[in-house]
Amino acid sequence: MTVNSAPQATTQVYRVYIKATPQAVWDAITRPEWTERYGYGGRGEYDLRPGGQYRGYTSDAMKQAGAAQGIPVPDLAIEGEIIEADAPRKLVQTWHMLMDPGTAGEKFTRLTYEIEAMPGGVTRLTLTHELDGAPNAAGILAGQWESQGAGGGWSWVLSDLKSLLETGQGLRG
Amino acid sequence: MVLVIDDDLVFKALADETRRFLLDRLFEKDGRTLTDLASELEMTRFGVMKHLRILENANLVVTRRSGRTKLHFLNPVPIRQIHDRWINKYQEHHVSALLDLKHQLEKEKP
Repeated sequence: MTVNSAPQATTQVYRVYIKATPQAVWDAITRPEWTERYGYGGRGEYDLRPGGQYRGYTSDAMKQAGAAQGIPVPDLAIEGEIIEADAPRKLVQTWHMLMDPGTAGEKFTRLTYEIEAMPGGVTRLTLTHELDGAPNAAGILAGQWESQGAGGGWSWVLSDLKSLLETGQGLRG
Repeated sequence: MVLVIDDDLVFKALADETRRFLLDRLFEKDGRTLTDLASELEMTRFGVMKHLRILENANLVVTRRSGRTKLHFLNPVPIRQIHDRWINKYQEHHVSALLDLKHQLEKEKP
């Protein structure tokens, strides 16, 4: 039991129901013109085949915010590799945050998106992030640093994604 | 099976001390079994299971299978949505009310 419970405590699970098609949800996650419109607003580039690269870039807003605080912000925020891409149902990738020296030194984590069509034109998106060996990234993704300007993590990103797909507008309007 | 989680379900699920207690325990340590969670409460397993089911129907808890065990994870997204939908709105209202006051005061300056 103790052996099992240690790594599980480092996994974060998020689920959101969105009035949109699975394809629309898939596109919003994997296409740069969509990733720029919600959450952290950075450009996300996916080479959607096993072994293909994922690159999440910092947005201009992130760079400006960093510069204002005297913190250099790199161009590449997140790097990763695709493990499985089954459009529009499942995406499994590795995920490593380069934004901050505190996260850049951490391990590659494993991120899974599961997209399921439900009756009534609703799609269920479940995000599972296995964050073993990445406590700093885990804190940022849980929204612990939001008041310091690090964004609200996955729940903030998914809430914004839902708002964008359902109303055509993200939370920032 | 509830498909679109509405705010009512979330508020109803949160309007209970035991269920808030369970969410707080999951916030401290996520991915726990029913047995593990039940050990923290003076309540039958059946009672705890019932509360967990209400939390799951409100999408505040998501379960995942790990081998033969079922693990319960806290899902903060519905609370975030309430925050974004309700709380932000009133905070913005306060901010704009203050700005109106500022404009009003500045206009009155001689």
